[in-house]
Amino acid sequence: MHKMHNTTAGRIFDFFNHIFLLLVAIITVVPFLYIVAGSFASETELATRSFFIFPKEITTDAYRYIFSTNSVIRSLGVSILVTIVGTIISMILTLTMAYPLSRRTMIGRNVILNLVLFSMLFSGGMIPTFILVRSLGLLDSIWALILPLAINPFNLIIVKTFFQELPKELEDASKIDGCTEFQTFWRVMLPLSKPVIATFTLFYAVYYWNDFFQALLYLKDTTKWPIQLLLQQLVMVANVGIGDIAEASLYEPPEESVKLAVIVVATVPILLFYPFLQKHFAKGVMLGSVKG
Amino acid sequence: MDSVVVKQPRKKSKWAKMGKEKWLYLMVLPGLIYFIVFKYFPMWGVLIAFQDYSPFRGLLGSNWVGFEHFQYFFSNPDFLRLLRNTFILALYDLVFFFPAPIILALLLNEIRISFYKRAIQTFVYVPHFMSWVIIASISYVFLTTSGGVVNELLEGLLGEKINFLSSPDWFRPMIIGQIIWKETGWGTVIFLAALASVDQEQYEAAIVDGAGRFRRLWHVTLPALRSTIVILLILRLGNFLDTGFQQIYLMSNSLNRSVADVFDTYVYFVGITEGAFSYSTAVGLFKSVVGIVLIVGADRLAKKLGQGGLF
Repeated sequence: MHKMHNTTAGRIFDFFNHIFLLLVAIITVVPFLYIVAGSFASETELATRSFFIFPKEITTDAYRYIFSTNSVIRSLGVSILVTIVGTIISMILTLTMAYPLSRRTMIGRNVILNLVLFSMLFSGGMIPTFILVRSLGLLDSIWALILPLAINPFNLIIVKTFFQELPKELEDASKIDGCTEFQTFWRVMLPLSKPVIATFTLFYAVYYWNDFFQALLYLKDTTKWPIQLLLQQLVMVANVGIGDIAEASLYEPPEESVKLAVIVVATVPILLFYPFLQKHFAKGVMLGSVKG
Repeated sequence: MDSVVVKQPRKKSKWAKMGKEKWLYLMVLPGLIYFIVFKYFPMWGVLIAFQDYSPFRGLLGSNWVGFEHFQYFFSNPDFLRLLRNTFILALYDLVFFFPAPIILALLLNEIRISFYKRAIQTFVYVPHFMSWVIIASISYVFLTTSGGVVNELLEGLLGEKINFLSSPDWFRPMIIGQIIWKETGWGTVIFLAALASVDQEQYEAAIVDGAGRFRRLWHVTLPALRSTIVILLILRLGNFLDTGFQQIYLMSNSLNRSVADVFDTYVYFVGITEGAFSYSTAVGLFKSVVGIVLIVGADRLAKKLGQGGLF
């Protein structure tokens, strides 16, 4: 920390700087607070008060309503399933592919690496990929949400670079001990890669949780919609309700707060993991800025 | 130049070596299959841009039409509209969003109370982790003319409402505003890291030379960020056409489509919604090719500026 030569101008700047940054932080967070507050507020309060952070009376009607219908629970289930299965598949594919590519002596390594790099420059695009997914029979299957983007080539390259920078002596030593390459990878390399594994697990998990576009493209069957697509239809496509008509008669659907409650439900998992996300994503940015 | 006699045993040892490392190939195989199936098959599928593709006849059975779809696209008023929309959004992004994280990082860097700094960071990073659906939903809730917070406020202040969500005039400011709100905080991470690595002795030397705070900012801090800024700028130019599809799709509707449509959303609407596979693939291919040119150009530029290239 360098010594401050604080002039009056400097102090005035500091004062306004602190205030300004506080305002930036508030502007960032307040919309979320309003959404949460509104989801617990009554319909009349939402209709009459234009903005509030603390509802006058707290009601869980909106949540009781959305959890009394099938669609939100089903969509949450799909999202959770896709996030877990997708992240596992992506991590297995990424790690097992990155390790061999990190071995400079492997014959054919450059061909495969160039194949990967070229796919980052040029892609067939939306329609040819759609035709492929369709001809694989994956339309209306949740595999369509996972397989087409299972490996993120940027992540692959960063993990490869990480493996490459682990001391080569470790490989030699385990080779002398009679380990196969897979055993070396499994017993020596992976335990050393825990921070990287954590970072990219979170990268993939956030991607799978947040994505709605794959579902929009490939899923016509509304019972397989992940929560993001359900939310989009609910908020942005006019007159789309949730739940079946028979179920809706149980409660008077509090329309506005239901929208807010679904936003909250779709956000909560991200907020639960936020401390980890903040830490590991920052690491990922740093890893990514080191070129391989 | 090797003679055949020398080559022969070498080749054998190559196979022997590959056999010894069979585990490596087994491990690389699933990933390789992924790339071939999901990345390279669609590249081959791009050929339908030169066909009148019919799903029943397939890629091999459909009629070839050469550059017909491209000619149609370039002579179509849609082409100039898409180019214009993409270009203006990218330019706005560059002018209004790009400097934002740099400024915020510099301001954060001036905070000496580390607890305060960390608290601010924790807050401003949050929206980065939210999906575009969440961001767009929140925008709808706040901006709608039927009871949205912003419009209630405007009605009180100006006596009239502004229909941000469907007005073509407000589309671009809204998109850029969302990007600034979502990504400025997170964008500081890379700049703060660069600032953390500035040699403190440089500051001390500047102080000895009598430099005040703002001169230190100008002569020490900003130069330290220069290479990061240049690299990110070049990367941005390389991805100039990549306006965020999800965001634009979510914020566009029939009323603002004249300014909202960009290449990706156009491909989606024409291809998936209307089923014009060949034509929309041609549009997508045009964008991909221009994209490659831009990235390779950006890479050349990076090398010229002594940044060592992008790949």
